[in-house]
Amino acid sequence: MNIEVSIPTTPAPVLRVEGLTKQFKMHHLKRTLFAFDNIDFELREGEFILLKGENGAGKSTLLRTLYRSYLPRGGHAYYHTREGVIDLASAADVDIAVLRRREIGFVTQFLNARPRVAAEEVVAEPLRLAGTYHAEALVEARRWLGAFGVKKQLWAAYPSTFSGGEQQKVNLARALILPQRLLLLDEPTASLDRDARNALVERLTQLKASGVAMIGVFHHPEDVTGLIDQEIALKAVKIEDQ
Amino acid sequence: MTALNLAAATQITHQPPRLMLAEPMLTMRGISKNFGDVKAVSDVDVTVYPGEVLGIVGESGSGKSTLLRMMNLEETPQAGSYHLALPGREDRDLFTLDRFERRSLRAQHIGIVYQNPHLGLLMGHTNSGNVAERLLIAGKRNFAELREQARQSLDASEFPVERMDATPRELSGGMQQRVQLAKAIALEPAVLLLDEPTTGLDVSVQALVLDTLKRLQRDRAITMVLVSHDLGVIRTMADRVMVMRRGKVVEQGLADQIFQDPQHAYTQQLVHAKL
Repeated sequence: MNIEVSIPTTPAPVLRVEGLTKQFKMHHLKRTLFAFDNIDFELREGEFILLKGENGAGKSTLLRTLYRSYLPRGGHAYYHTREGVIDLASAADVDIAVLRRREIGFVTQFLNARPRVAAEEVVAEPLRLAGTYHAEALVEARRWLGAFGVKKQLWAAYPSTFSGGEQQKVNLARALILPQRLLLLDEPTASLDRDARNALVERLTQLKASGVAMIGVFHHPEDVTGLIDQEIALKAVKIEDQ
Repeated sequence: MTALNLAAATQITHQPPRLMLAEPMLTMRGISKNFGDVKAVSDVDVTVYPGEVLGIVGESGSGKSTLLRMMNLEETPQAGSYHLALPGREDRDLFTLDRFERRSLRAQHIGIVYQNPHLGLLMGHTNSGNVAERLLIAGKRNFAELREQARQSLDASEFPVERMDATPRELSGGMQQRVQLAKAIALEPAVLLLDEPTTGLDVSVQALVLDTLKRLQRDRAITMVLVSHDLGVIRTMADRVMVMRRGKVVEQGLADQIFQDPQHAYTQQLVHAKL
């Protein structure tokens, strides 16, 4: 007789956030703006967290604080790197730069277009920085430009001349070409056409299945319903003037 | 709902690097420089890692250019030490080198582009000759080789090589900066110093020169220190930013953080005045 023992395997943790707090001190107004306060959550490999809340509740601010474009004021964000645990709230700037190159991606609607760099080169760059050969990186870049519906004639052109929608597709292809351990998604579907949105959701599904952990803000959460594991609701912190 | 974390009024102290395994390419510690009674630079530390672009921003009189001249060994501070990660020289404080050692070290390992091309170029010599001079100091003697290396370096700086036998005097400001850049990178320096490299150029020319710098940085991973009062230039180029005021560092951080979430009152004023 066979006895089947099923051992529930819990995916490995990627991020544990404890008491994370962000305030903006605006010196010229002599005011402190409270963005969010004492946030706690845990994220594991292949999990997807949707951030919810009204405008101004601090959803994007939380993503930017984890990416360290904003400096947290308190708390911890213990991130499990391939080389051990590091607190994103207090890690050295150069360590954050290393993580951004290797493990943590940030996807926004806005392309930081540089003059005279072709779309395919913009998309291939993360692969090149990670050590992929130029020719190979270009093949992969073109594949993703195609998948997001950027017309072939545009691949060798400079994105600084593209329409907003086309720039966004280039940006998404670039942001998603290299599988990261943690992806921060700041309204990536806003103003995307249907085909590009489908390509994006398809790519996110693939990445999730391969173990990429994600935290996202979506204007239309119905786009990603099938992906969501946890929802975190943020509330605007109310505070009287000091 | 938990109580508001009002106690967290001060900034979180950052830990020493753990993931960045490379040793810094450039290390300055406790640098102070006075001119008479004027404290130009007071107790400044600088660390730049291989392949990084450090931007130093501040208004005139902030001490940023004095600091860069010390990195180029043109000035010696009253206090402080300076190390570059050069094989065999890691332990040597470069401020203890004599005049001849400094000259040779600068020629071999430090490249610089000045705002004023007259400081970096001999205006009556050919463009290729200006670049080759750098190679000559480093001991290269074969004429054909010198010329070929100068051509390659000018080409890498996106200078039109058919004009390599003209003189800088006949060139536009943007082209003069490209010749300076070609000279600065001819020997693949350990660090490339840029002192307001695009200040005074037309905006469109400025964008092209910055683009060349970006390309070089991407293709060759050159370690750079860029000094500018122009936040746009710093934002385009720098990975990390140091903000200086009255000889002191008031704030430093990742470039996007300095621009999106400046902490110090002075940086906030600077960033908001620009946007």
